[in-house]
Amino acid sequence: MNDSELVPGKSSLEVAAALPDDAEWSGPTIRYDLLKEVVIAVVVVALLAVGLAVLFSSPDDSPTTIRQWSTADPGDFLTTAVAELDGTSDVATYGPPYNSTAGAAQKIGPVSLQQIAGVRVPINTAQDFVLTPLAQQAQTTPRLQTALARFGAAPSGEQGTWETNYSKVLGKGAKTGQGAFAVPHANDGPVPTMFASLLAMADSGALDASLTSSTSFYGTDYTKPLLFLADGSFLADRAQTQHLSGDQWGMMNETGSYPGQAWLWLYTMWYQVSPFNTSVNADALVWGVMALLTLLLLLVPFIPGVRDIPRLVPVYRLIWRDHYRRLQSNKAGGTNHP
Amino acid sequence: MTDTVHSDSAPPNGALPGTGDENVTGDEKMWTARVRRAAMRTLPPDKLLPDRQPSYVASWIYVFGVLTIAALVVIIASGVVLTWKGPSWWHVSKVGLFFNSIHLWSVELFFFFMVIHLWGKFFMAAWRGRRRATWVTGVVCFVVSIGAAFTGYISQQNFDSQWIATQAKDGLNSVGIGAFFNVLNFGQMLLWHVLLLPAVVIAFVGLHILLVRRRGVVHPFPARARPARHRITGAATVPDEALPSSEIETVLHKDPEPVR
Repeated sequence: MNDSELVPGKSSLEVAAALPDDAEWSGPTIRYDLLKEVVIAVVVVALLAVGLAVLFSSPDDSPTTIRQWSTADPGDFLTTAVAELDGTSDVATYGPPYNSTAGAAQKIGPVSLQQIAGVRVPINTAQDFVLTPLAQQAQTTPRLQTALARFGAAPSGEQGTWETNYSKVLGKGAKTGQGAFAVPHANDGPVPTMFASLLAMADSGALDASLTSSTSFYGTDYTKPLLFLADGSFLADRAQTQHLSGDQWGMMNETGSYPGQAWLWLYTMWYQVSPFNTSVNADALVWGVMALLTLLLLLVPFIPGVRDIPRLVPVYRLIWRDHYRRLQSNKAGGTNHP
Repeated sequence: MTDTVHSDSAPPNGALPGTGDENVTGDEKMWTARVRRAAMRTLPPDKLLPDRQPSYVASWIYVFGVLTIAALVVIIASGVVLTWKGPSWWHVSKVGLFFNSIHLWSVELFFFFMVIHLWGKFFMAAWRGRRRATWVTGVVCFVVSIGAAFTGYISQQNFDSQWIATQAKDGLNSVGIGAFFNVLNFGQMLLWHVLLLPAVVIAFVGLHILLVRRRGVVHPFPARARPARHRITGAATVPDEALPSSEIETVLHKDPEPVR
């Protein structure tokens, strides 16, 4: 296009630069091989990714098993298992989606989306983590079968007494050898027999298998073993040493010195500051804040003030500095060249 | 399907020459013909695959969009290899670990490029000129990509995935999402990671690119002078938009260094 045909005395760049934002660009253009750029970019990024892979590889710390937990720290394992049986563990009192514990669901103001969603992944910690695995084991262990029958036939009050008494002496227990954990005698009925069997199952790896494959032969759902592991302190202690705890910005970190999910920095940050780091509704509040911020980001073009920031902060002058120089040069020279 | 016989006669009214619509009266009403016409109107080939760009498209910041797409290509390619061999392969094979590493680092690069692209577009106010949908689809790509990466982290079948899943469950459960999206269910997470979320990311990236091609690259802001020297007219401050282009140009002409 001939510049002089547009506006006499003005270059096409000057004319185009003054057009509205939604107008087709009528100013000077440059050669731009889009597909070549894409191909070069793919090759460069692929080489970069391969280079980083060769240099730094990727982390792959083996998963924690219940067997590792019970053999390394039988006291913590048994304490957790008793809490699962007497219904005082974190999962047993979690609320939806695992169970319907009253008042456990988190809220944002008066609204509890957790409660509204309901119990969709039902977990009965006593049955799922303790009694059902023991019942499987009891098929080949008559002594355990008797203990389970006695426990099942007892009134719930008596069960509670046995569990409480066993818990009290559990702290005085000690590891006495491979797969053995001695607990002082107390008025705890069949409970010591049950938990000795559960510990033996865990030490042999049978409890891992039982919790994973309890639904079908082909198991892909690890909800039960993960919840059980998370109720103990063994998994958390391992995470702590790997700088993965919640107060260590753990959500965005990963094992080793890898960058992890750095893009979760804002989400993770809220957990470090008040009031979120002390609120019982911290998770729901953080999610609420992040949902709001995401919505704001999505709607930036529609929000007066926010959408004006780029015009007020002159970063654009750096981005388009060549364009503005050309524009100035055109004007100063009074020529038609772009 | 039509039962009319094609003819070489002149195209019916309303048909676009060269688009295959110059056949028989009535053909142009077919759904296929209508969609083709709409596609040709919206994105003619020279707009879809242009070989020239406005002269202002000359900054390194423009590279980060295509670098993000390039990283996505590497993510998908390495992900296909990992999918081909199954989720356990990379734990027991050095080659598998290598491909997992490529997958991991291409994801890190993807987010690095995408965040720079996002900030670049923010400071260009790239939603101007009927380009708001382009911004919105870009943000959707960013948010869904976070979900895709997250499900990848919890599908690793290692300690990282155990810990991340058991921690993340609380946030998801607290707002009811965990009731339907169980991060402790490896099978569910793996399928979201290799099928559902990548499909959404790819769909929105495709839509984003088509919108960029349709509307073109956003124009630079109008050149403006230094506020203290040139934006005061008498007692009133004149906003940039109120200045006629001739006045802007005059101002520029007066200013020895108008572009800072």
